Amino acid sequence: MNEAFFFYVFSGLTLLAALYVVLTKNPTYAVLSLVAAMFSLAILFVLLHAYFIAAVHILVYAGAILVLFLFVVMLLGVGREETASRSQTLYRIFGGWVVLGFLMEIGLIVKAVSGTGGASSPVLAGTIEAVGRLLFTRYFLPFEITSVLLLVGIIGAVVLSRKESV
Amino acid sequence: MIGLNHYLILSGCLFAIGMYGIITRRNALLMLLSVELLFNAANLSFVAYARYRGDLTGQVFVFFTMVVAACEVAIGLAVAILLYRAQETLNTDEIHSLKG
Repeated sequence: MNEAFFFYVFSGLTLLAALYVVLTKNPTYAVLSLVAAMFSLAILFVLLHAYFIAAVHILVYAGAILVLFLFVVMLLGVGREETASRSQTLYRIFGGWVVLGFLMEIGLIVKAVSGTGGASSPVLAGTIEAVGRLLFTRYFLPFEITSVLLLVGIIGAVVLSRKESV
Repeated sequence: MIGLNHYLILSGCLFAIGMYGIITRRNALLMLLSVELLFNAANLSFVAYARYRGDLTGQVFVFFTMVVAACEVAIGLAVAILLYRAQETLNTDEIHSLKG
């Protein structure tokens, strides 16, 4: 029952933070609220016994990606509010309908598959050792290919942000 | 008892919120931020499946998703800075130099 308590508290926190990210006018607040969402998601990962993923999630998202976002928000000075135009309300109505349809679809799918996938499977702790063993045996080739992807990302970012290349 | 369905519903709600953000935001930077929400919704369902199916493959895939997200953010933010330098705005309604 402890698990249920933590699940409801932190899933509610995640949803609230995510809603604030989407609805707030101030970009800086949006980034900071996403940090809060990341932390409560990491706690949900711990509840799911994915310890390594939870740690990496905090390090990579809160520590690197969102700091990068914050840098760019500060650099570009997009702190001013977005002006509400006629197209904005149009987008809001459209977005509301899309979200409504999506949520209904989720409800239908969950209703259809409920009952399957019981909690009878053994709990596998996602420790560094277990995940690392899998990464370096069965998923070794994809793991190596991600290093190429990171290299492409580095080179791309450097080439794009050079002043002369514009 | 918290089951797989609880996590899937949470993940679906997160995805819906992120999608709403992408549709309604007019600032390219904040659209990228909403994309991060989508990534995390997918990550959450991966981890939930890994837990309830007793298979760590889902967690390995979350690892790969994070690498892709990091690359996407690095490139996306570089493009956003270039866009701001060239157009003096990040509002996607005002950026229409690609329109014929």
